[in-house]
Amino acid sequence: MTFFFLFVLIILVILILAYLYRVVQGPTVFDQVLGLNGISTKAIILLVVIGTVYGRVDMFVDISTGYALLNLVGALAIAKFLEQRGRA
Amino acid sequence: MTFSFEIPLLILLILTAGGAILVKDLVPAVFILGSYSFFLALVWAWIGAPDVAFVEAVVGAGLATVFFLLTLFETAPKDTRLHRPPPPWAALLGLPLLGFLLLYAASDLPKFGDPASPASVHISPVYLENSMHDTLTPNVVTSVLMDYRAFDTLIETVVIFTAGIACVLLLRRNQA
Repeated sequence: MTFFFLFVLIILVILILAYLYRVVQGPTVFDQVLGLNGISTKAIILLVVIGTVYGRVDMFVDISTGYALLNLVGALAIAKFLEQRGRA
Repeated sequence: MTFSFEIPLLILLILTAGGAILVKDLVPAVFILGSYSFFLALVWAWIGAPDVAFVEAVVGAGLATVFFLLTLFETAPKDTRLHRPPPPWAALLGLPLLGFLLLYAASDLPKFGDPASPASVHISPVYLENSMHDTLTPNVVTSVLMDYRAFDTLIETVVIFTAGIACVLLLRRNQA
């Protein structure tokens, strides 16, 4: 079972690499914001899977919830200030 | 466990750190720095320090990204591209030497999870054995932070509260 979870972890890291390419290389800022959002969704799943491997899901669910909430705030802030910069 | 998962995590960490330094524009540098501290949080979570991982994910990946972007958009001109000179030779020669020295010194540190290391021989057993009797708190980390080091935590909270007030005052100055 641990092998299966390790396999899931590796697949998720490969997916994150694809998003990371978009964050670094993205032609516009919006591509980069979307790439960062994609990375953070994978991040939440990764944290929960790591918690499952260790058998301490309760603690890691807390971490991933905090990360998800702050990621929402971060995405909102980025969107708001991109809007401001576009007007100015 | 034959396969160690921290190797791809560390590779991602080095990739994002290098990318944040080498990228030519400030806004993607902020984003890459956010993903860097997220990978750092994953490494902390993987080696079994969920509390540090929580702080790193919340402060490093969440708040720091937002504050860097706020600073960028409140102060910088529209052109956020970087024109940096090539690094001096002293840095190119000296920093690898420093890294080599640090790695050499790190080879003397106790192994990860070594039960005979000084930290787990002298300090940890005292807390682990006495914390339940002393503080009646089931979580040892919480009892160390909130009971044994209560004044430390109190002053830290004062510092963070002051920083929060300063941030709110700075960010709301346009709406007065």
